[in-house]
Amino acid sequence: MSVRHALLALLSEGPKYGLKLQQEFEARTGEVWPLNVGQVYTTLQRLERDGLVASDDGTSDGPQKGFTITEYGREELLAWLRPPVAEIPPRDELVIKILVAMQVPGIEVRDVIQAHRRRLVESMQRYTRIKAEAGPGDMRLALVVDAELFRLEGVVRWLDAADSRIGQLASERSDQPVESSETTRERSMTR
Amino acid sequence: MTAMLDMRRVSKVHGSGPSEVRALREVDLTVGRGELVAVMGPSGSGKSTLLTIAGTLEDATSGEILIDGAEISAMSPDDRARLRRRSIGYVFQDFNLLAGLTAVENVALPLELDGVVSSRAQDSAHEALRSLGLEDRAGHFPDDLSGGEQQRVAVARAVVGNRRLLLADEPSGALDSVNGEAVMRLLRDACRRGMAGVVVTHDSQLAAWADRVVFLRDGRMVDQTISPSGPESLLEHGPGQ
Repeated sequence: MSVRHALLALLSEGPKYGLKLQQEFEARTGEVWPLNVGQVYTTLQRLERDGLVASDDGTSDGPQKGFTITEYGREELLAWLRPPVAEIPPRDELVIKILVAMQVPGIEVRDVIQAHRRRLVESMQRYTRIKAEAGPGDMRLALVVDAELFRLEGVVRWLDAADSRIGQLASERSDQPVESSETTRERSMTR
Repeated sequence: MTAMLDMRRVSKVHGSGPSEVRALREVDLTVGRGELVAVMGPSGSGKSTLLTIAGTLEDATSGEILIDGAEISAMSPDDRARLRRRSIGYVFQDFNLLAGLTAVENVALPLELDGVVSSRAQDSAHEALRSLGLEDRAGHFPDDLSGGEQQRVAVARAVVGNRRLLLADEPSGALDSVNGEAVMRLLRDACRRGMAGVVVTHDSQLAAWADRVVFLRDGRMVDQTISPSGPESLLEHGPGQ
Protein backbone atom coordinates (compact mmCIF):
# COMPACT_ATOMS: atom_id res chain seq x y z
CA MET A 1 0.00 0.00 0.00
CA SER A 2 1.54 3.25 -1.07
CA VAL A 3 0.69 5.88 1.53
CA ARG A 4 2.61 8.40 -0.64
CA HIS A 5 0.30 7.94 -3.58
CA ALA A 6 -2.83 7.76 -1.47
CA LEU A 7 -1.94 11.17 0.03
CA LEU A 8 -1.21 12.57 -3.45
CA ALA A 9 -4.63 11.32 -4.59
CA LEU A 10 -6.34 13.04 -1.66
CA LEU A 11 -4.45 16.27 -2.43
CA SER A 12 -5.43 16.05 -6.10
CA GLU A 13 -8.94 17.02 -4.92
CA GLY A 14 -7.60 20.30 -3.47
CA PRO A 15 -5.34 21.65 -0.70
CA LYS A 16 -5.74 19.97 2.70
CA TYR A 17 -4.35 20.05 6.22
CA GLY A 18 -2.35 17.12 7.59
CA LEU A 19 -4.97 16.10 10.11
CA LYS A 20 -7.68 16.12 7.43
CA LEU A 21 -5.48 13.92 5.21
CA GLN A 22 -5.11 11.35 7.97
CA GLN A 23 -8.86 11.28 8.62
CA GLU A 24 -9.75 10.99 4.91
CA PHE A 25 -7.18 8.23 4.34
CA GLU A 26 -8.69 6.14 7.14
CA ALA A 27 -12.27 6.85 6.06
CA ARG A 28 -11.56 5.77 2.48
CA THR A 29 -9.86 2.53 3.42
CA GLY A 30 -12.77 1.65 5.67
CA GLU A 31 -10.44 2.18 8.66
CA VAL A 32 -8.90 -1.20 7.90
CA TRP A 33 -5.50 0.45 7.53
CA PRO A 34 -5.03 2.92 10.35
CA LEU A 35 -2.41 5.62 9.89
CA ASN A 36 -0.85 7.61 12.70
CA VAL A 37 -0.18 11.32 12.49
CA GLY A 38 3.57 10.71 12.57
CA GLN A 39 3.38 8.55 9.42
CA VAL A 40 1.36 11.23 7.67
CA TYR A 41 3.84 13.99 8.48
CA THR A 42 6.92 11.93 7.67
CA THR A 43 5.41 11.05 4.30
CA LEU A 44 4.36 14.65 3.61
CA GLN A 45 7.86 15.89 4.46
CA ARG A 46 9.35 13.42 1.99
CA LEU A 47 6.82 14.38 -0.68
CA GLU A 48 7.73 18.05 -0.13
CA ARG A 49 11.44 17.28 -0.23
CA ASP A 50 10.90 15.47 -3.56
CA GLY A 51 8.89 18.39 -4.97
CA LEU A 52 5.63 16.45 -5.22
CA VAL A 53 3.70 18.65 -2.76
CA ALA A 54 4.11 22.20 -1.49
CA SER A 55 3.26 23.38 2.03
CA ASP A 56 1.98 26.68 3.42
CA ASP A 57 4.82 29.12 3.88
CA GLY A 58 5.63 30.44 7.30
CA THR A 59 3.46 28.11 9.38
CA SER A 60 5.08 25.58 11.69
CA ASP A 61 4.62 21.83 11.40
CA GLY A 62 1.43 20.54 12.97
CA PRO A 63 -2.11 19.47 12.23
CA GLN A 64 -2.98 22.89 10.79
CA LYS A 65 -0.20 22.98 8.22
CA GLY A 66 -1.73 22.95 4.72
CA PHE A 67 -0.47 21.04 1.68
CA THR A 68 -1.03 21.37 -2.07
CA ILE A 69 -0.10 18.93 -4.84
CA THR A 70 2.41 20.22 -7.43
CA GLU A 71 2.29 19.60 -11.19
CA TYR A 72 5.13 17.10 -10.73
CA GLY A 73 3.07 15.42 -7.99
CA ARG A 74 0.11 15.06 -10.40
CA GLU A 75 2.35 13.46 -13.03
CA GLU A 76 3.71 11.05 -10.41
CA LEU A 77 0.16 10.11 -9.33
CA LEU A 78 -1.00 9.44 -12.91
CA ALA A 79 2.14 7.40 -13.61
CA TRP A 80 1.45 5.30 -10.50
CA LEU A 81 -2.15 4.63 -11.55
CA ARG A 82 -1.01 3.07 -14.82
CA PRO A 83 -0.46 -0.72 -14.69
CA PRO A 84 3.13 -1.69 -13.86
CA VAL A 85 5.39 -3.51 -16.29
CA ALA A 86 5.98 -7.22 -15.64
CA GLU A 87 8.22 -7.76 -12.66
CA ILE A 88 10.42 -10.56 -11.43
CA PRO A 89 8.36 -12.28 -8.70
CA PRO A 90 9.53 -11.33 -5.21
CA ARG A 91 11.08 -13.98 -3.01
CA ASP A 92 8.30 -15.18 -0.75
CA GLU A 93 9.24 -16.13 2.80
CA LEU A 94 6.51 -18.78 3.06
CA VAL A 95 7.65 -20.48 -0.16
CA ILE A 96 11.22 -20.53 1.13
CA LYS A 97 10.03 -21.84 4.51
CA ILE A 98 8.15 -24.78 2.96
CA LEU A 99 11.08 -25.63 0.68
CA VAL A 100 13.42 -25.54 3.67
CA ALA A 101 11.01 -27.62 5.82
CA MET A 102 11.15 -30.37 3.17
CA GLN A 103 14.90 -30.66 3.76
CA VAL A 104 14.89 -30.68 7.57
CA PRO A 105 14.94 -34.21 9.06
CA GLY A 106 12.17 -34.92 11.55
CA ILE A 107 9.92 -32.10 10.30
CA GLU A 108 6.53 -33.12 8.93
CA VAL A 109 6.08 -30.61 6.09
CA ARG A 110 2.32 -31.13 5.92
CA ASP A 111 2.05 -30.08 9.58
CA VAL A 112 4.04 -26.93 8.81
CA ILE A 113 1.66 -26.28 5.91
CA GLN A 114 -1.41 -26.85 8.11
CA ALA A 115 -0.11 -24.51 10.84
CA HIS A 116 0.25 -21.74 8.27
CA ARG A 117 -3.06 -22.55 6.62
CA ARG A 118 -4.86 -22.30 9.96
CA ARG A 119 -3.24 -18.97 10.76
CA LEU A 120 -4.22 -17.58 7.35
CA VAL A 121 -7.83 -18.77 7.66
CA GLU A 122 -8.02 -17.18 11.13
CA SER A 123 -6.91 -13.89 9.57
CA MET A 124 -9.52 -14.34 6.86
CA GLN A 125 -12.17 -14.91 9.56
CA ARG A 126 -11.22 -11.64 11.23
CA TYR A 127 -11.40 -9.69 7.95
CA THR A 128 -14.69 -11.37 7.06
CA ARG A 129 -16.07 -10.40 10.46
CA ILE A 130 -15.31 -6.73 9.70
CA LYS A 131 -17.22 -7.08 6.42
CA ALA A 132 -20.09 -8.99 8.07
CA GLU A 133 -20.55 -6.41 10.79
CA ALA A 134 -20.43 -3.49 8.35
CA GLY A 135 -23.21 -4.99 6.21
CA PRO A 136 -23.30 -5.25 2.41
CA GLY A 137 -23.84 -1.49 1.89
CA ASP A 138 -20.37 -0.30 2.88
CA MET A 139 -18.68 -0.64 -0.47
CA ARG A 140 -15.35 1.06 0.24
CA LEU A 141 -14.76 -1.18 3.23
CA ALA A 142 -15.88 -4.27 1.28
CA LEU A 143 -13.36 -3.48 -1.49
CA VAL A 144 -10.47 -3.03 0.94
CA VAL A 145 -11.36 -6.19 2.87
CA ASP A 146 -11.90 -8.17 -0.38
CA ALA A 147 -8.40 -7.21 -1.55
CA GLU A 148 -6.90 -8.70 1.62
CA LEU A 149 -9.17 -11.77 1.45
CA PHE A 150 -8.24 -12.56 -2.15
CA ARG A 151 -4.55 -12.13 -1.33
CA LEU A 152 -4.82 -14.48 1.67
CA GLU A 153 -6.97 -16.94 -0.30
CA GLY A 154 -4.23 -17.06 -2.95
CA VAL A 155 -1.71 -18.06 -0.29
CA VAL A 156 -4.10 -20.71 1.14
CA ARG A 157 -4.62 -22.15 -2.34
CA TRP A 158 -0.86 -22.34 -2.86
CA LEU A 159 -0.59 -24.22 0.47
CA ASP A 160 -3.41 -26.57 -0.63
CA ALA A 161 -1.57 -27.30 -3.87
CA ALA A 162 1.73 -27.82 -2.03
CA ASP A 163 -0.01 -30.14 0.47
CA SER A 164 -1.57 -32.13 -2.35
CA ARG A 165 1.72 -32.46 -4.28
CA ILE A 166 3.62 -33.54 -1.17
CA GLY A 167 0.82 -35.98 -0.23
CA GLN A 168 0.91 -37.55 -3.70
CA LEU A 169 4.68 -37.89 -3.59
CA ALA A 170 4.51 -39.46 -0.12
CA SER A 171 1.93 -42.04 -1.23
CA GLU A 172 3.96 -42.88 -4.35
CA ARG A 173 7.06 -43.37 -2.20
CA SER A 174 5.20 -45.54 0.30
CA ASP A 175 4.07 -47.71 -2.64
CA GLN A 176 7.54 -48.02 -4.09
CA PRO A 177 9.29 -50.30 -1.55
CA VAL A 178 6.49 -52.86 -1.90
CA GLU A 179 6.73 -52.78 -5.67
CA SER A 180 10.50 -52.90 -5.69
CA SER A 181 10.71 -55.83 -3.24
CA GLU A 182 8.16 -57.72 -5.31
CA THR A 183 10.06 -56.90 -8.43
CA THR A 184 13.26 -58.12 -6.77
CA ARG A 185 11.50 -61.34 -5.74
CA GLU A 186 10.16 -61.84 -9.26
CA ARG A 187 13.62 -61.29 -10.65
CA SER A 188 15.20 -63.74 -8.24
CA MET A 189 12.51 -66.31 -9.07
CA THR A 190 13.16 -66.03 -12.79
CA ARG A 191 16.88 -66.51 -12.24
CA MET B 1 -24.03 -23.05 24.18
CA THR B 2 -26.19 -26.19 23.81
CA ALA B 3 -24.89 -28.78 21.36
CA MET B 4 -27.32 -29.29 18.48
CA LEU B 5 -25.03 -31.70 16.66
CA ASP B 6 -22.67 -33.91 18.62
CA MET B 7 -20.57 -36.43 16.69
CA ARG B 8 -18.36 -38.65 18.86
CA ARG B 9 -15.56 -40.82 17.49
CA VAL B 10 -17.41 -41.26 14.23
CA SER B 11 -15.81 -43.55 11.65
CA LYS B 12 -16.98 -44.61 8.23
CA VAL B 13 -15.57 -47.45 6.20
CA HIS B 14 -16.65 -48.06 2.60
CA GLY B 15 -16.16 -51.56 1.18
CA SER B 16 -14.05 -54.27 2.78
CA GLY B 17 -10.84 -56.21 2.26
CA PRO B 18 -8.31 -54.75 -0.17
CA SER B 19 -10.86 -52.27 -1.55
CA GLU B 20 -11.64 -50.93 1.94
CA VAL B 21 -11.69 -47.13 2.13
CA ARG B 22 -11.70 -45.43 5.52
CA ALA B 23 -13.61 -42.22 4.73
CA LEU B 24 -13.77 -40.98 8.34
CA ARG B 25 -11.55 -41.93 11.27
CA GLU B 26 -12.81 -41.23 14.77
CA VAL B 27 -14.01 -37.72 14.09
CA ASP B 28 -15.35 -35.63 16.98
CA LEU B 29 -17.44 -32.60 16.07
CA THR B 30 -19.77 -30.56 18.26
CA VAL B 31 -21.83 -27.69 16.88
CA GLY B 32 -23.89 -25.51 19.18
CA ARG B 33 -27.07 -23.54 18.54
CA GLY B 34 -26.21 -20.24 16.96
CA GLU B 35 -22.90 -21.56 15.70
CA LEU B 36 -21.73 -21.91 12.10
CA VAL B 37 -18.87 -24.35 11.56
CA ALA B 38 -17.02 -24.78 8.26
CA VAL B 39 -15.34 -28.05 7.35
CA MET B 40 -12.41 -27.67 4.96
CA GLY B 41 -10.31 -30.29 3.30
CA PRO B 42 -9.16 -31.50 -0.09
CA SER B 43 -11.19 -33.85 -2.31
CA GLY B 44 -11.43 -37.26 -0.67
CA SER B 45 -10.72 -35.94 2.83
CA GLY B 46 -14.14 -37.14 4.04
CA LYS B 47 -15.92 -33.82 4.36
CA SER B 48 -18.98 -34.74 2.29
CA THR B 49 -19.27 -38.08 4.12
CA LEU B 50 -19.22 -36.17 7.40
CA LEU B 51 -22.12 -34.04 6.20
CA THR B 52 -24.28 -36.94 4.95
CA ILE B 53 -23.74 -38.79 8.24
CA ALA B 54 -24.61 -35.65 10.24
CA GLY B 55 -27.75 -35.36 8.11
CA THR B 56 -28.72 -39.01 8.81
CA LEU B 57 -28.62 -39.73 5.05
CA GLU B 58 -25.87 -42.29 5.65
CA ASP B 59 -24.98 -44.46 8.66
CA ALA B 60 -21.64 -44.31 10.42
CA THR B 61 -19.67 -47.54 10.77
CA SER B 62 -18.95 -46.70 14.40
CA GLY B 63 -19.31 -43.82 16.82
CA GLU B 64 -22.25 -41.85 18.17
CA ILE B 65 -24.27 -39.07 16.58
CA LEU B 66 -26.62 -36.99 18.71
CA ILE B 67 -28.93 -34.39 17.26
CA ASP B 68 -30.45 -32.09 19.87
CA GLY B 69 -29.47 -34.64 22.49
CA ALA B 70 -31.12 -37.63 20.78
CA GLU B 71 -28.93 -40.57 19.73
CA ILE B 72 -29.59 -41.32 16.05
CA SER B 73 -28.79 -45.03 16.17
CA ALA B 74 -31.46 -45.53 18.84
CA MET B 75 -34.21 -44.13 16.61
CA SER B 76 -36.60 -46.11 14.45
CA PRO B 77 -36.39 -45.47 10.70
CA ASP B 78 -39.68 -43.53 10.92
CA ASP B 79 -38.41 -41.31 13.73
CA ARG B 80 -35.22 -40.70 11.85
CA ALA B 81 -37.11 -39.73 8.68
CA ARG B 82 -39.29 -37.38 10.74
CA LEU B 83 -36.23 -35.78 12.31
CA ARG B 84 -34.76 -35.30 8.84
CA ARG B 85 -37.93 -33.67 7.49
CA ARG B 86 -38.57 -31.45 10.47
CA SER B 87 -35.25 -30.53 11.93
CA ILE B 88 -32.60 -30.67 9.23
CA GLY B 89 -32.26 -28.29 6.30
CA TYR B 90 -29.90 -28.96 3.40
CA VAL B 91 -28.35 -26.63 0.87
CA PHE B 92 -26.76 -28.43 -2.04
CA GLN B 93 -24.10 -27.29 -4.46
CA ASP B 94 -26.40 -27.55 -7.48
CA PHE B 95 -29.43 -26.09 -5.63
CA ASN B 96 -31.63 -29.20 -6.28
CA LEU B 97 -34.79 -27.17 -6.86
CA LEU B 98 -37.67 -28.96 -8.57
CA ALA B 99 -38.10 -27.37 -12.01
CA GLY B 100 -41.86 -28.02 -12.16
CA LEU B 101 -42.59 -26.15 -8.92
CA THR B 102 -42.54 -22.40 -8.32
CA ALA B 103 -40.16 -20.86 -5.80
CA VAL B 104 -42.76 -20.81 -3.04
CA GLU B 105 -43.88 -24.39 -3.82
CA ASN B 106 -40.27 -25.57 -3.63
CA VAL B 107 -39.85 -23.93 -0.23
CA ALA B 108 -43.20 -25.25 1.07
CA LEU B 109 -42.53 -28.81 -0.12
CA PRO B 110 -40.62 -30.13 2.94
CA LEU B 111 -43.38 -28.84 5.21
CA GLU B 112 -46.14 -30.38 3.09
CA LEU B 113 -44.28 -33.70 2.99
CA ASP B 114 -44.27 -33.52 6.77
CA GLY B 115 -48.07 -33.19 6.80
CA VAL B 116 -48.39 -29.46 7.36
CA VAL B 117 -51.63 -28.14 5.84
CA SER B 118 -50.88 -26.64 2.42
CA SER B 119 -52.08 -23.10 3.25
CA ARG B 120 -49.96 -22.98 6.40
CA ALA B 121 -46.96 -24.41 4.57
CA GLN B 122 -47.33 -21.76 1.88
CA ASP B 123 -47.55 -19.01 4.52
CA SER B 124 -44.31 -20.20 6.11
CA ALA B 125 -42.68 -20.46 2.67
CA HIS B 126 -43.70 -16.90 1.79
CA GLU B 127 -42.28 -15.76 5.12
CA ALA B 128 -38.96 -17.52 4.45
CA LEU B 129 -38.77 -16.02 0.96
CA ARG B 130 -39.58 -12.56 2.34
CA SER B 131 -36.75 -12.83 4.86
CA LEU B 132 -34.37 -13.49 1.96
CA GLY B 133 -35.71 -10.60 -0.15
CA LEU B 134 -37.41 -12.90 -2.66
CA GLU B 135 -41.11 -12.22 -2.08
CA ASP B 136 -41.55 -10.85 -5.61
CA ARG B 137 -40.07 -14.07 -7.04
CA ALA B 138 -42.39 -16.43 -5.15
CA GLY B 139 -44.42 -17.36 -8.25
CA HIS B 140 -41.42 -17.82 -10.57
CA PHE B 141 -40.15 -21.20 -11.70
CA PRO B 142 -36.44 -21.99 -11.05
CA ASP B 143 -35.56 -21.58 -14.74
CA ASP B 144 -36.78 -17.98 -14.59
CA LEU B 145 -34.51 -17.13 -11.65
CA SER B 146 -30.85 -16.13 -11.72
CA GLY B 147 -28.27 -18.45 -10.14
CA GLY B 148 -28.08 -16.21 -7.06
CA GLU B 149 -31.89 -16.21 -6.69
CA GLN B 150 -32.10 -19.98 -7.10
CA GLN B 151 -29.56 -20.45 -4.34
CA ARG B 152 -31.50 -18.07 -2.06
CA VAL B 153 -34.63 -20.16 -2.70
CA ALA B 154 -32.59 -23.24 -1.75
CA VAL B 155 -31.53 -21.50 1.48
CA ALA B 156 -35.18 -20.55 2.17
CA ARG B 157 -36.15 -24.22 1.76
CA ALA B 158 -33.42 -25.23 4.21
CA VAL B 159 -34.48 -22.79 6.93
CA VAL B 160 -38.31 -22.89 6.54
CA GLY B 161 -40.36 -23.99 9.52
CA ASN B 162 -38.57 -24.78 12.74
CA ARG B 163 -35.48 -26.44 11.35
CA ARG B 164 -32.63 -26.60 13.84
CA LEU B 165 -29.70 -28.01 11.93
CA LEU B 166 -28.51 -26.44 8.68
CA LEU B 167 -26.16 -28.50 6.49
CA ALA B 168 -24.60 -27.10 3.35
CA ASP B 169 -22.32 -28.78 0.80
CA GLU B 170 -20.34 -26.22 -1.25
CA PRO B 171 -23.37 -23.92 -1.00
CA SER B 172 -22.15 -21.24 -3.36
CA GLY B 173 -21.90 -23.75 -6.21
CA ALA B 174 -20.82 -21.96 -9.35
CA LEU B 175 -21.82 -18.51 -8.09
CA ASP B 176 -19.35 -15.63 -8.35
CA SER B 177 -17.67 -14.44 -5.18
CA VAL B 178 -20.14 -11.63 -4.40
CA ASN B 179 -23.17 -13.94 -4.77
CA GLY B 180 -21.31 -16.63 -2.83
CA GLU B 181 -20.80 -14.12 -0.05
CA ALA B 182 -24.53 -13.32 -0.08
CA VAL B 183 -25.31 -17.02 0.47
CA MET B 184 -22.86 -17.19 3.38
CA ARG B 185 -24.43 -14.09 4.95
CA LEU B 186 -27.82 -15.86 4.80
CA LEU B 187 -26.46 -19.04 6.39
CA ARG B 188 -24.72 -17.00 9.08
CA ASP B 189 -27.92 -15.04 9.77
CA ALA B 190 -29.91 -18.29 10.03
CA CYS B 191 -27.42 -19.52 12.64
CA ARG B 192 -27.60 -16.22 14.51
CA ARG B 193 -31.34 -16.83 14.80
CA GLY B 194 -30.65 -20.11 16.61
CA MET B 195 -29.88 -22.82 14.06
CA ALA B 196 -26.65 -24.80 14.18
CA GLY B 197 -24.86 -24.85 10.83
CA VAL B 198 -22.21 -26.98 9.14
CA VAL B 199 -20.80 -25.86 5.79
CA VAL B 200 -18.51 -28.10 3.81
CA THR B 201 -16.25 -26.25 1.40
CA HIS B 202 -12.78 -26.13 -0.09
CA ASP B 203 -13.13 -22.34 -0.51
CA SER B 204 -11.33 -20.46 2.26
CA GLN B 205 -13.25 -17.24 1.59
CA LEU B 206 -16.55 -19.02 2.24
CA ALA B 207 -15.14 -20.88 5.24
CA ALA B 208 -14.04 -17.56 6.74
CA TRP B 209 -17.71 -16.68 7.32
CA ALA B 210 -17.90 -19.48 9.90
CA ASP B 211 -17.36 -19.05 13.62
CA ARG B 212 -15.00 -22.01 13.56
CA VAL B 213 -13.19 -23.82 10.76
CA VAL B 214 -12.19 -27.46 11.14
CA PHE B 215 -9.70 -29.13 8.80
CA LEU B 216 -9.98 -32.72 7.58
CA ARG B 217 -7.19 -34.74 6.00
CA ASP B 218 -7.49 -38.40 5.00
CA GLY B 219 -10.67 -38.75 7.07
CA ARG B 220 -9.11 -37.31 10.23
CA MET B 221 -9.79 -34.00 11.83
CA VAL B 222 -6.28 -32.57 11.97
CA ASP B 223 -6.83 -29.03 13.18
CA GLN B 224 -9.31 -26.22 13.82
CA THR B 225 -9.19 -22.46 14.07
CA ILE B 226 -9.08 -20.79 17.43
CA SER B 227 -12.13 -18.61 17.93
CA PRO B 228 -11.11 -15.31 16.31
CA SER B 229 -10.70 -12.26 18.47
CA GLY B 230 -12.15 -8.93 17.35
CA PRO B 231 -11.17 -7.05 14.19
CA GLU B 232 -8.81 -4.85 16.23
CA SER B 233 -6.37 -7.78 16.46
CA LEU B 234 -5.67 -7.31 12.75
CA LEU B 235 -4.27 -3.88 13.41
CA GLU B 236 -1.50 -5.27 15.60
CA HIS B 237 0.15 -6.72 12.49
CA GLY B 238 -1.11 -4.49 9.71
CA PRO B 239 -2.32 -5.63 6.30
CA GLY B 240 1.02 -6.49 4.80
CA GLN B 241 1.76 -9.46 7.04
